Amino acid sequence: MAQARTLRINNQPMSVNAPDDMPLLWVLRDVLGLTGTKFGCGIAQCGACTVHIDGKPVRSCLLPVSAVGNRSVTTIEGIGATPAGARVQKAWLDVEVIQCGYCQSGQIMSAAALLATTPHPDDADIDAAMAGNICRCGTYVRVRQAIKRAAGDGQA
Amino acid sequence: MANPAQIPSRRMLLKGGIAGGLVLAFHLPVARAALVNDSEGVPPEPGPFAPNAFIRIDTTGKTTLVLPQVEMGQGVYTSIPMILAEELDADWHQVALEHAPPDEKLYANPAFGVQATGNSNSIRAFWKPLRTAAAAARAMLVQAAAQQWRVDPASCEAANGQVIHTASDRKLGYGALADAASKLTPPQNPPLKDPKKFKLIGKPIKRLDTPAKTNGQTIYGIDVMLPDMKFATIAASPTFGGKVAHVDDSAAKKVPGVRQVVVLPDMVAVVGDHMWAAKCGLDALAVAWDPGPNGHVDSALLERQIKSASEQKGLVAKKVGNADRALRTGDKFEAHYELPFLAHATMEPMNCVAHVTADKCELWLGTQIIARVQSTAAAATGLPLEKVIVHNHIIGGGFGRRLEPDMALKAIRVAQHVDGPVKVVWTREEDIQHDLYRPLYYDRLAATLKDGKIDGWHHRVTGSAVLARWLPPAFKAAHGIDGDEVDSAIDVPYAIPNLTVEAVRCEPLAVPTGFWRGVGPNNNVFALESFIDELAKRAGKDPVEFRRAMLGKTPRLLAALNLAAQKAGWGKPLPPRHGRGVSCQVSFASFIATVAHVEVDEHGEVRLHRLTTAVDTGIAVNPDTIIAQLQGGMIFGATAALYGEITIKNGRVQQSNFNDYRMLRIDQAPAIDVHLIKSAEPPGGIGETGTTTAPPAIRNAIYAATGVALRKLPIDRTALARRGAA
Repeated sequence: MAQARTLRINNQPMSVNAPDDMPLLWVLRDVLGLTGTKFGCGIAQCGACTVHIDGKPVRSCLLPVSAVGNRSVTTIEGIGATPAGARVQKAWLDVEVIQCGYCQSGQIMSAAALLATTPHPDDADIDAAMAGNICRCGTYVRVRQAIKRAAGDGQA
Repeated sequence: MANPAQIPSRRMLLKGGIAGGLVLAFHLPVARAALVNDSEGVPPEPGPFAPNAFIRIDTTGKTTLVLPQVEMGQGVYTSIPMILAEELDADWHQVALEHAPPDEKLYANPAFGVQATGNSNSIRAFWKPLRTAAAAARAMLVQAAAQQWRVDPASCEAANGQVIHTASDRKLGYGALADAASKLTPPQNPPLKDPKKFKLIGKPIKRLDTPAKTNGQTIYGIDVMLPDMKFATIAASPTFGGKVAHVDDSAAKKVPGVRQVVVLPDMVAVVGDHMWAAKCGLDALAVAWDPGPNGHVDSALLERQIKSASEQKGLVAKKVGNADRALRTGDKFEAHYELPFLAHATMEPMNCVAHVTADKCELWLGTQIIARVQSTAAAATGLPLEKVIVHNHIIGGGFGRRLEPDMALKAIRVAQHVDGPVKVVWTREEDIQHDLYRPLYYDRLAATLKDGKIDGWHHRVTGSAVLARWLPPAFKAAHGIDGDEVDSAIDVPYAIPNLTVEAVRCEPLAVPTGFWRGVGPNNNVFALESFIDELAKRAGKDPVEFRRAMLGKTPRLLAALNLAAQKAGWGKPLPPRHGRGVSCQVSFASFIATVAHVEVDEHGEVRLHRLTTAVDTGIAVNPDTIIAQLQGGMIFGATAALYGEITIKNGRVQQSNFNDYRMLRIDQAPAIDVHLIKSAEPPGGIGETGTTTAPPAIRNAIYAATGVALRKLPIDRTALARRGAA
């Protein structure tokens, strides 16, 4: 049954009515109208739905809202308020990573989480952190370049 | 964006003016350029002036382009306004864009009646007409200023949204001149700028659509939220052509948040308060399906069907010299090449918001064919066209999938049973299993060699004629040949004295087919370039040398080949099981050569090390976008080469999601170098080209690394593992 609960999203408390097993993705999109987080596959294969829970990247399509608890949720709408997120967003535009853009919320969230823990990632770090994010437009070359730029390591 | 309904009537446009600014109408031969590549098949040019795009300059100087093309990642929301700003000498920061509403009369070619974005033709279609219209507007603004100052227009110049009279140091902004300019007659043949004077075109201009894509602000169709909107998800018959036999909805209706179950003859929908309720409801819905007539169809049957069709003579699409005679003499070599069905798998799954009432149908979605969506809705609801409102959105991946209106039609059919607006979102499984697939292809090639060059050539392309369904008049006008099916097969870039190309139409049993990024050339370039590599080996020639010797009459491609080979270090030694492969193409009016460097491991797994591409696409409007399109298009093509395959069993698609319909990921992505060749030729198409060039280059690199001549995609790892290095 639907339950009233309070989530902490982008540093704001938000009250929602949602069943325990409802994935955070649909709470964000369909209940709260935070549509920047995208639905791509529903089985944690594509990464379009990536959000941060206490700063760690999580696929929100498989995360039941009841498992979020009191932890802090950051979405693409709020990631620009974090230092790593702002750097990633800027690098994404400097390098002009984006094409259709649909997967890029997830790409940016994964990249921001990577840089927050690994300020100077090498190619293997980037592969490990980003391989869960599919981009059908094929922007991978620029994703790699932009992460290095955001880390202050790039030539781009 | 302003309300598109404010666009003035055609009659006023033809006069060239409206109250409060300047409007210029012009004609884009979009559909014609898009869809007919065979010059013999082009229907006659439509007679009367039929404007289908508009420039509007208001009294503040804001310059708006009403654009029929839609943004799906290819960058047209930036590159097309660049063409306008360049030729108009507008202030780039004052240029705005408005998406055109659906209107086949205004926005499409009257000969075809289609308003569409596809086939890499946006820039090609806009280049001349938009420049001409913008040059006319510039001339009128200059004339208006000259009249006001009582000076010779030739003594004035335009720059950055102003007309300037240097001698008297006077300036007037376009906004201040728009009213006066609108009273003048547009010049018929205004001189166009010398490309040497371009200030914007050729510079890497930042895209206008990307900032809102970094922070979640872009509203794709799937993101539309309306008051009192419900959410639905659907299941169409898993078997092509099947029907609903029986539904038990008792469990589904008990799912919290489920509001309604809609049962239609060939599909079911569950409507709820959110997608999760709808999805859980659909999972709980007990549907017994009647498989219909296609339950026996499987991939083996479909492959037999197309192979058998390819044994028949086809319609002759191109004939040069006497191929029959040339193929009877000398060393004849034959091979056939096969490609599988492919799904589009756009990252934004199919979706559409629909609100249907007794007297109105309103739709929200991202589509490449807004007007066809409108007419489909009118036919489905029985409403007149003007009672169907379509709101187009930025597209989360098109690749040809959104050249179809099926997602709108299904949403409408659900919405007809729902009170209020409903957002219909397909699960990824539904999206992959109910696509219109890139067709199966079967290509038979035969050639003879004479003095190390090709003398006789026969190519028979067998596949679905997508155009016959999608645009029957173009198919009919070409006498039953789908110009797309033979695109890049009839216009082989190599000098071949005796050549015949045939097309066989083979519509696969049960499986619907559609356009897929790269369209016809993604089959033909693969078959042709794979075959060329095998011929080179037979001739004892290096693959680059073999091609070079036959490219004397295609200097732009020869230059691209030479550059790609040089940049890729062609000929330099490589470790065992590594190989370089080359592919050349003249497709979508762009000249491209690609060298792939791959490594094949002992298990037959292929590692892509590097793709090096040289491209002459004429004048590069926004060069960075062109590079991005090639980088991304090659990943799209590499995905198809390494993984892409939709298979059929019991009349249904076997793949369902990204776990079994695999995509290339960043850890498998090669380094990609794109080299643009400077050119003064008109711009070519670019969106499809990376997808067509990568697979044959990869295939040929595997051939070089292993000696295994793959004749089919995706790659056969067993075949590659079994044999050692060549």
